[in-house]
Amino acid sequence: MLAFTLRRAIQAIGVMIAVGIIAFAMFRFAGDPVSQLVPIDASAAERAQIRQSLGLDDPFIVQFGRYLFDAAQFKFGVSYQFRQPVSDLLKERMPATLELAVCATILALVFGILMGVFSALRRDSLLAKLFQMVSLIGISLPTFLIGILLIYLFSVTLGWLPSFGRGDVVKLGWWSSGLFTLSGWKALIMPSITLGLFQMTLIMRLVRAEMLEVLRTDYIRFARARGLTTRAIHFGHALRNTLVPVITVVGLQFGSVIAFSIITEQVFQWPGMGLLFVQAVQNVDIPIMAAYLMMVSLIFVTINLVVDILYTVVDPRLRATISRPA
Amino acid sequence: MSGRKSLLIAAAVAFGLAIMPASAQTLRYANQGTLKSLDPYTFKESTTIAHHAHVYEGLTARDKDLKIIPALAESWETPEPTRWRFHLRKGVKFHNGEPFTADDVIFSADRVRATGSNFLSNVPPDAKFIKVDDYTVDVKLDAPNPILISQWDTWFIMSKKWCEDNNAVAPTPVSATTPSYASLHENGTGPFIIESHQPGVKTVFKVNPNWWGKPEHNLKEIVFTTISSDATRVAALLSGEVDIIEPVPVQDIGRVDSSPNAQVLKGPELRTIFLGMDESRDELLYSNVKGKNPFKDVRVREAFYKAIDVELIKTRVMRGLSTPSALMIAPELFPLSKEFTRPKYDPDAAKKLLTEAGYPDGFEVGMDCPNDRYVNDAAICQAVVGMLARIGVKVNLNAQPKAQYFAKVLKPGGYNTSFFLLGWTPSSMDAHNVMHDIMGCREDPKDPTRGEANLGNYCNKDFDALTDKVLVETDTAKRNQLIKQAFEIGIKDYGYIPLHQQAVAWGVSKKVKIPLRADNAVLMFWANKTE
Repeated sequence: MLAFTLRRAIQAIGVMIAVGIIAFAMFRFAGDPVSQLVPIDASAAERAQIRQSLGLDDPFIVQFGRYLFDAAQFKFGVSYQFRQPVSDLLKERMPATLELAVCATILALVFGILMGVFSALRRDSLLAKLFQMVSLIGISLPTFLIGILLIYLFSVTLGWLPSFGRGDVVKLGWWSSGLFTLSGWKALIMPSITLGLFQMTLIMRLVRAEMLEVLRTDYIRFARARGLTTRAIHFGHALRNTLVPVITVVGLQFGSVIAFSIITEQVFQWPGMGLLFVQAVQNVDIPIMAAYLMMVSLIFVTINLVVDILYTVVDPRLRATISRPA
Repeated sequence: MSGRKSLLIAAAVAFGLAIMPASAQTLRYANQGTLKSLDPYTFKESTTIAHHAHVYEGLTARDKDLKIIPALAESWETPEPTRWRFHLRKGVKFHNGEPFTADDVIFSADRVRATGSNFLSNVPPDAKFIKVDDYTVDVKLDAPNPILISQWDTWFIMSKKWCEDNNAVAPTPVSATTPSYASLHENGTGPFIIESHQPGVKTVFKVNPNWWGKPEHNLKEIVFTTISSDATRVAALLSGEVDIIEPVPVQDIGRVDSSPNAQVLKGPELRTIFLGMDESRDELLYSNVKGKNPFKDVRVREAFYKAIDVELIKTRVMRGLSTPSALMIAPELFPLSKEFTRPKYDPDAAKKLLTEAGYPDGFEVGMDCPNDRYVNDAAICQAVVGMLARIGVKVNLNAQPKAQYFAKVLKPGGYNTSFFLLGWTPSSMDAHNVMHDIMGCREDPKDPTRGEANLGNYCNKDFDALTDKVLVETDTAKRNQLIKQAFEIGIKDYGYIPLHQQAVAWGVSKKVKIPLRADNAVLMFWANKTE
């Protein structure tokens, strides 16, 4: 088990380094940060001086070495736009993104599993067909469109929910939370739906398909033969066995929920890390871009690691294979 | 002021007071851009400066029509052409309670010209600031300078003691690798105080009860939020969550105007959008014409000028929200601009000129264009491509985000362009800036910064001679005549193709009254909001 975890951790470091290299290579095509920092009538001498003090004139290999050296210590410098250390900015923005991602995931899990189970058990009911239709919309409509549609319906037309921002936040140490105020909850609803809709439909379809599969297996028939209640069979046996793939998907998707919250955050002006990243790209703010990409890749590899370990907890068969590596 | 006039004003003020609601209001404002740094010498960018203007003040200010008015300097005079005397306002206090004196002016003059400042051009390097007494400052110059104070409204005065106490004597450079106190805190003299500031998210301004002036607003608080997504910004205005948005995207103007609770304020902006051509290389970088440069021939430039239908761009691309321009400067900034008219759109004449110049079948040329910098910039370029196709010129358009575009076409990129679209607002609000920076010959040995933003290197020595005269001419009427002569030369040479001024468009709740200023600065100390 320990050897397995260690092996995976080393792989994770390899992935991080690869991301670092690719990210750095990309920055060179992002444009010129200096022309974002000075007015268009700034003199060439002024521009040259700024280029030099940012170290943009050093040879590629020197810049890359410096970047790797700093990144390894999680030092990402000062944002070009905001003149604040990037680590402070990320720390300030992280709670917003995590609260949104967690809410969206919980929403997706609860509704996805419920709808999935229902449409597997009552395949021919009208409601199940409606769920199928909703899931089609969730899969096919792009996030930003759903977000804008929600805004026009619930903010502009009905005036029930705020169209942007996080509402009032409460400070708990360095963590700012919108979960303790009414306006915070109101502000959370639409972004969570927008962000979670795709995951919800994915989970729903997955649960439905797995459920149908499991319900056909022999042990369910035996369970029925033993005279267990339908409830015990459906939820104690069938649902439980569908959860392995669901955990995988939710786990892996949590990474993409954080990563793809970029679009949702942009639409709702949600002050999270994704929004920070989009602004950074527009302004060629390399320190923020570098830190964000490294952090997202760290989140991805951590989640992968955790999911791998969780497997062995849920599925005893995997434990046996891991302890005897090929 | 005549007695009757002052009586009228008094009556108007009394009336205004009578109908003004008693309770002070919170104004919520959303902008596409962010407030990047609170240090007023770091970013020379219009949104940032407009925000700073609520908390910091200069010696001068500009009124609703952009005329220079006194601010921290009560008055000034020029006893000799090379010496200006400024009388400072007494009883002004910084937000931390320290008094404002001549020492702060002298300190700010040094700080704004120190390495790392982005506002070097606001105060000329040869100006020497001398303290006469606590409330009088003399400025000595090497040569007469008629536009000395033209950019002083955005040169904000900082407190000497506060900067020294907080290790902020040096301006925060845009390239700083360490954060600075002054970029996250403010200590100005202005009508508002920043209560909280979360960069890129939200900034709260509350009213300064000890401000020296008489407030023209009825606000107690301004909440500023960045909303970068166009659709969300408009939705926030329509749903009444914010009171003012800037800008309103062109395609949403109709929707805002037809909504019951908001409207769009529109007006021409000071920025001029124009096309330029590479007029100096012996062979164009991006063309199928080899061994020569067609743009060196004035007939080709004239043909391009006449082949472009600015009225069509106005109606089709800009949806009516542009003012076609004959000059490289906005009419608001040059009083004689009415004497110029744009040569007519004439594709037949253009075709003939091209034939005369030896290109009966036209030629191919590459064009550079930003796609996220000016209103509908890429769409304008596409229209130009179509119009030039009619006279046989095949334009290969390269429209890119501003970060890549500017890296390519500006001096550090080696002026790597053959044909381009650019916008320009003279930061000094004066024609000399246009004549010197974008119409002057590059590589002038006596003046290396001349023409640094002249991407196509339009060059005429007679024009430059007039530019130099304009710099030192202190008689306004004479000076305007010189500017006019110079622009006549520029037009005869077809050095540039001015297109239009784009429109300023703010979305404003019907509860709010605010003047629209042509430099697009949203100044909420002139805003009034009803319940």
